[in-house]
Amino acid sequence: MDFTFTPEQDALRKQARDFLEANPEPSFAELAELGWTGVSIAEEAGGVGAGFVEEAVLYEELGRALYHGPFFSTFALALPALPDDLRAEVAAGTTSWTLALGPLVPDLDTADRIATVGGDGIYELEGAEREVLTTTDETRPLGVVRGGTVGRRLADSTVLEEIATRSNAALAVEACGVARRALELAIEYAASREQFGKKIGVYQAVAHPLADAYTQLELARSLALWAAWCVAEGDERARIAAAAARAHATEAAVRVCETSIQVHGGIGFTWEHVLHRLYKRALWIQSFGPSTTRLRAEIAAALLEGGQVFHVPDLRPEHGRPDPALAPTTQGG
Amino acid sequence: MDLRDTPEEAAFRAELRAWIETNLPDELRGHRGGAMRFEGPELRAWSKALYEAGYAGLTWPKEYGGGGAPYTHQAIFLEEMARAEAPPHIGVIGIGMAGPTIMAHGTEEQKARYLAPILSADEIWCQGFSEPGAGSDLAGVRTSARLEDGHFVVDGQKVWSSFAHIADFCILLTRSDPESTRHAGLTYLIVDMHSPGVEVRPLRQMTGESEFNEIFFNSVRVPVENLLGEVGGGWQVAMTTLLHERGTLGFALQAALEVQVRKLVALARDRGADPLQRDRIAREWIEMQALRYTNYRSLSQLMKTGLPGPEGSISKLVWSEANQRVTKLALEILGPDAALAEENAPYGGYWQYQQLRSRGNTIEAGTSEVLRNIIAERVLGLPKSR
Repeated sequence: MDFTFTPEQDALRKQARDFLEANPEPSFAELAELGWTGVSIAEEAGGVGAGFVEEAVLYEELGRALYHGPFFSTFALALPALPDDLRAEVAAGTTSWTLALGPLVPDLDTADRIATVGGDGIYELEGAEREVLTTTDETRPLGVVRGGTVGRRLADSTVLEEIATRSNAALAVEACGVARRALELAIEYAASREQFGKKIGVYQAVAHPLADAYTQLELARSLALWAAWCVAEGDERARIAAAAARAHATEAAVRVCETSIQVHGGIGFTWEHVLHRLYKRALWIQSFGPSTTRLRAEIAAALLEGGQVFHVPDLRPEHGRPDPALAPTTQGG
Repeated sequence: MDLRDTPEEAAFRAELRAWIETNLPDELRGHRGGAMRFEGPELRAWSKALYEAGYAGLTWPKEYGGGGAPYTHQAIFLEEMARAEAPPHIGVIGIGMAGPTIMAHGTEEQKARYLAPILSADEIWCQGFSEPGAGSDLAGVRTSARLEDGHFVVDGQKVWSSFAHIADFCILLTRSDPESTRHAGLTYLIVDMHSPGVEVRPLRQMTGESEFNEIFFNSVRVPVENLLGEVGGGWQVAMTTLLHERGTLGFALQAALEVQVRKLVALARDRGADPLQRDRIAREWIEMQALRYTNYRSLSQLMKTGLPGPEGSISKLVWSEANQRVTKLALEILGPDAALAEENAPYGGYWQYQQLRSRGNTIEAGTSEVLRNIIAERVLGLPKSR
C-alpha cells in the first residue's frame, strides 16, 4: 500500500503550479506544448501514456488557478467517447471538445468541437449554432446549442457510465484545488491581520473554523485521490468512489470558501479579492451534473439494497474485487 | 501510488485472517468495548494468544520482543481485528504508550524489566496524567514526588485512569520541585500499583459502568530506579507518551468506525430508514472512507519519510465526532425502542450503550477543543492562542 505521489507526479504538479502562476490564461495549444493534453492518452494515440492520477494532478492545479478553457470538458467529459484518431488530435493540441450531456453545455466558448448524446450512441454535432450564456462563474461559461447535424458516430452510449465517473472524480479533485487556495488565503490573512491588538488567528473563534476547514478539505482530498486512483486502475469501486468523492468534496469546497470569506471580513466580500471567484467555481462544481443528495442516494441504495460495500479486501492479492453492491443502480450524470 | 496490498502485505493479511478465525473464541466475538475490556480471564488468554502468535507489539523492535514489522502491518492487523470484531489486546496502554516511552527514555535495566511482560499480558499498565485540577492543561499537574533516602515519596490524586483497577504499573507524571510551575519541575515515574498507599476508586459513567478510575497516592514510596528520564525532565517524557497516544491511534479508530457503520447499515436494512436517514447513512459511509484514506496518506508519508503526514492529526477529531453522529442516527432509526435499555432493547441495548459512550469520545485522549488548537497552531501555523 502506497498512497503517495511519485517524483514524476510531484514534478508535474510543480510544473503546473509554476506555469499557471506565470500564465494565468493559457491557450489549449500551450497546454499541449507542456504535454498536458496527452497526459492520459495512450502513446499509440499520440499521448504521453500516463494515467488518470497524473490528469488529476492537473485538474487540481487548474482548479486552483481558476483556469478558463476546455480542459475539463475535453478530458473528463468527451475523451472516453473519442476514437483513437480524434484522441491523437486532442493530444496534439489541435482540437478540444465538449460534450452536451444536458441542455447546458460547459466550455462552449472555448471548445473546438461538440459531441452530443443521441439514442444509443455519442455523435459529433456539426454546424450547430452556439449561444454562450451569462454564468455566475465567468471562468467556466455554459451555453446552449441549436440546430446542426448529427455527424460521425463516436462511441456507444455504454461509455456514459465511464464519463459520469470520470467527471465526478475530476470535479472532486478540482474542488480540492479551489478549496486549498481559499484556505491558504484565509490562513495568511488570519496570521497577519490584527484586531484588538492581536493577530486574529489567535482567537479560537477564528482558528477553530479554519481547523475545521482544513479537516474537511483533507478528508475530501483523500476521497478525491482514492477516486482518481480507482479510475486510473479501472477498479470496480471507481463509480462509487467517484460519487463519494464528488459529494464530499463539493460540499467541502463550498464550505471552505465560505469560511475563508468570513475570516477575511469585509475585504473577502469585495469584487477585487479573488475569493469570490474561487467561491463561484466551487458553486459551479456543485451545480453541474448530479446533486450531492442524488449521489448520496445512489450510495445509500448500494449500501442498503446492494451487497457489501466495505473496504477490507478479499484475500486475492491481485486487484479487482467483484462487488455486487456496485452493480449499476441509477445513472448519474 | 498503489492502494492495493503488496503481495507481502496480502500474505500477512491472509495468514492473520485465518489465525483469527481459528483462535478467536466465540464469546469474545462482537465485543462492544467499554468496561468489557477488563472482564474475565478469557481476555487475558486471548491477549496471550495474540502474543504467542507474534501479533502483540507488531511494530515494536524485535530486541524488545516485538514483531519489527512496518506500520502497514499494524494497519492491516487493526483492519482485520475490526473485521472479526475481536477485542484488542488487554495491554493497550502498555503497548501503545508505556512501552514506547520506556523504549525512548528508559534505562537498559528498565527495558529488560518492563517491556516483555507488557506484550505477554502478564503485566497491565495504566496512565496517571490527568488530575482534578489538570485536564487539558496537563502542565498544571500537582501530584508531588519528594526525594527521600533513595525513594520518591508520592502524594496526590490522578483521575480518568482506565485499567487502573487491574493494573500492575502506572506511568505517573509528578511535580518533583514544589517551587516550580508549569512545564519545569515535572518528573515521570513508573509506579508499582501494588505499593502500600495506592488506592483505586472506580468512577461510574453515564453508561452506568466503570471504565475510569481515580487513583489516590498517600505517601507511596517509589524506588529511584523507577525514574523515567531525568528529574525535572518529565514534560518531555510525557510528550513522547502523548505522541504515541495520538500517533498510532488513527487506524484503530477508523477500524472501529467501520464496524459501527457496518452495523448501522445492518440496522437500517433490518428496520428500514426514511429518505433523510438514508442520506445521513450515505454521509457516514463516505466520511468513514475519507478517514480511512486520510490515515493511508499519513501512513504512506510515515513509511517514506519517517514522519507521519500532517493530515493524520485530524483522525481522532474526525472519528470522535463521526462516532457520535453514527450512534445518534442509530437511535433515531430505532424510534421508540431507543428508549429501552439493555436486555429489553433491540440488539441487547448495543446502540443505547454506544450512543452514551460516544459522548466521552470528544473528551478522552485530547478534547476536540485541544485538537482544534493543535491543528490550527501546529499544522496551519496560526499564532498560538496561549
